[in-house]
Amino acid sequence: MNDEDFQPGGDRFPPTRRSVIEGVGSIDAEERERALETLCAAYWRPIYKYVRLRWNRPAEEAQDLTQGFFVEVLERELLKKFDPKKARLRTYLRVCVDSFVSNEDKASRRQKRGGSVAHVALDFAAAEEELGGPVMDPAAIPSPESLEESFEKEWLRSLFSLAVEELRELCNARQRERTFRLFEAYDLEGHDKISYQQLAKDYSIAATDVTNALAWARREFRRIALERLRELCGGEEEFQREARATFGGNAR
Amino acid sequence: MKFLSNNAVERLRESAEIPDLTGTRYRLIERVARGGMGVVYAAEDEQLKRRVALKVLDVPGADADLANRLIREALVLARLEHPGIVPVHDVGTLNDGRAFYTMKFVQGQRLDQYIENVSSVTQRLRLFLRICDAVAFAHAYGVLHRDLKPANIMVGSFGEVLVMDWGLAKFLQEDTDRQSQIADPDATILEKPNKAGDSSGGVQAIATGHGTIMGTPGYMSPEQARGDVEHLDARSDIFSLGALLRFLLTKNSDSAANAAGKQHLGKALEAICSKAAAPDPEGRYPSVSELALDISRYLDGLAVAAHRESFFEKLGRLYRRYRFFILLIAAYLVMRVLILFFMHR
Repeated sequence: MNDEDFQPGGDRFPPTRRSVIEGVGSIDAEERERALETLCAAYWRPIYKYVRLRWNRPAEEAQDLTQGFFVEVLERELLKKFDPKKARLRTYLRVCVDSFVSNEDKASRRQKRGGSVAHVALDFAAAEEELGGPVMDPAAIPSPESLEESFEKEWLRSLFSLAVEELRELCNARQRERTFRLFEAYDLEGHDKISYQQLAKDYSIAATDVTNALAWARREFRRIALERLRELCGGEEEFQREARATFGGNAR
Repeated sequence: MKFLSNNAVERLRESAEIPDLTGTRYRLIERVARGGMGVVYAAEDEQLKRRVALKVLDVPGADADLANRLIREALVLARLEHPGIVPVHDVGTLNDGRAFYTMKFVQGQRLDQYIENVSSVTQRLRLFLRICDAVAFAHAYGVLHRDLKPANIMVGSFGEVLVMDWGLAKFLQEDTDRQSQIADPDATILEKPNKAGDSSGGVQAIATGHGTIMGTPGYMSPEQARGDVEHLDARSDIFSLGALLRFLLTKNSDSAANAAGKQHLGKALEAICSKAAAPDPEGRYPSVSELALDISRYLDGLAVAAHRESFFEKLGRLYRRYRFFILLIAAYLVMRVLILFFMHR
């Protein structure tokens, strides 16, 4: 059996990651930092874009506000005030962002911050490019109702991007690079014309190998995304709802 | 980190939802429905070369309670071998950790869609009797359905009636320990129609802290709505059947809405619906067979147990039942009178 062969049921259910809510409130500084990094990795991009669109801030100011917000989360222990029974974590964070930006305006005490989130590479230039350039067309700014939708969409994109990245690392570690390339070709870049047969021909492998590789990659992607999601939820109930909304039809 | 386009996000979402059937005998064909806790796919059983319906949890396998509920549903179906109850073929866990079971693939329509083309009250009542037959069979085996509603009844292409979705079923004769293993008593699951008049039912979880509430408003008995799980018995399903009967006859399960809309069923049918769906379990039919018997009596033109007739109502019913003979005798008498009249002129 070579390294790309399908191993059914292998490597399932790794230890459950701890929720960021618990992590941020931990007495262990390392645990706290890791939780904030996780939160930051999943949310900085949606928050940055939200600040740009909702508050119509220039790129540089939005960058400061985004970094400042995560410092605020830590300093004011905002996650301790989060009640999963009342709202979803991302709704709560969005409301916190609104309040933070509004307060920053009033106090006019904004300053360069971000030391505590230095471990997460915030690629603002890439985020800016995704928004369509530094000078935004006012017509491109969504309506207030669709801003929430846009925030949700960006959050999902961020979650999936992190999961894809982790899947890539997993494939590299297990010497399954070809599996990732197939996944990338079919599920990430695929268009209607691409088929398993075509991929099998391109990679000179059997169509069943393509089927098995994609099944493995999707299963692992789903597992990673769900683990990430669990980390970013306030509890099991919220996680179940979010999992359904993310992978089920409820959110569509 | 690579930027994912909107299309890529959608594709990922769709492909991650697809159940991982590697290592099983099934090949996925298409998604056919989404229920309260799972998704139903059409799949090909590659060993037996036949189409089956594959129901799989749409949430991850981490939630043991949901997985137990799905497996319990399969066990209930396996226990109930009846033409009116869809047979289960297989149960297990997929490679992605999600519980699944396969069952007969039913080609047909949901009851609420089917009756759009059935205008005859008699036909609708005969359909209802077949539903009663399946539910009575389940009750005889100690199983309550707890979620009887039009969306959970299928009418097959040959007119066969199948009671579906036994995910909320309750075993009446099992000990408390077994029950607690199956359903978390603190869990609260309430299915609510998405909008008024939509009988398909969307799932909503509402915490009440008052036991387990499982069912669909409009079809769920008051004791079930209170979460009084311990005291539920066959009469809870009878309430749902009463609401279902009203829906079959008026396309609305709510008696108050019917009254407001001035939809008249006739006194006997109205009495049967009201008795079946009485707020107090003591006021309902004691068994599904009794309810079915009353419907059969109505169809045969006999007096129903749910309604005490006045003299004139009885006369009217007898006239309707023996109309042919009464008209025949009347025609004979008229002819005799006419003959006598003309003979004496």
